[in-house]
Amino acid sequence: MSFELFAFVILGLVAVVSGIAVITAKNPIHAVMYLVTNFFALAMFYLVLAAQFIAFLQILVYAGAIMVLFLFVVMILNLTGAIESVRDKLPAQKWIAVALAVVLMLEFAAIAGSGSIATPRAGALAESFGTSKPIGLLLYSQYLLPFEVTSVLLLIAMVGSIVLARRRED
Amino acid sequence: MLPITYYVGLSAMLFTIGAVGVLIRRNPIIMFMSIELMLNSANLAFISFSRYLNRMDGHIFVFIIMTVAAAEVAVGLGIIVAIFKSRGDVNVDDLSEMKG
Repeated sequence: MSFELFAFVILGLVAVVSGIAVITAKNPIHAVMYLVTNFFALAMFYLVLAAQFIAFLQILVYAGAIMVLFLFVVMILNLTGAIESVRDKLPAQKWIAVALAVVLMLEFAAIAGSGSIATPRAGALAESFGTSKPIGLLLYSQYLLPFEVTSVLLLIAMVGSIVLARRRED
Repeated sequence: MLPITYYVGLSAMLFTIGAVGVLIRRNPIIMFMSIELMLNSANLAFISFSRYLNRMDGHIFVFIIMTVAAAEVAVGLGIIVAIFKSRGDVNVDDLSEMKG
């Protein structure tokens, strides 16, 4: 077993098990912690795939900033398990969801088995692949418009959350 | 190197887990986390294709997806807190005032 396969199996198990734990956890705080585990496993995948800068961003932005925001809201609202125990209006939905998920996975297995996803022949990577310099160069030349649109999106989100959080004066 | 099907398969599994999470849970915070799972599975697919095609364009997409996810979480959690303040409860099945 090569090192890459070994790393893939271990990290993949961590990612899938923590993902399942996120959606089955009773306590939202546990779900947040499992999701952080999942994000760390994905960051390790990014390192294996030579995306160092993105792995760094994954830990800094996702596991750091976004999950702390989740933790804050969970603690402010104190929703520990109280919501879902009361009643379930659509009990059949769970079983339909699981059945459709199985269908989706079978569909993917059929596509993968048909051999239509060919593995491209990856040549030798450039020395700077995955570092911040080529990302910055691409971002400010070829992808300048998406970059600017993203900044407008962030501005809108900022204004929107301020409007939502503002107290009504009436 | 491993065949790219491995990484795309893992990405598909994580996406399915996220989709099931949105469907089976009624807690809006956990539904949000399931959406994050789905976004991250897309990121994994982008990064692996970027590596196998030896082009860095996928990294830019991941960068933008992360920004969109951050914006979405800020606004979405703001909405959840606002609903909780006005109703004292956030079961998504009960939030049907806007139903036509």
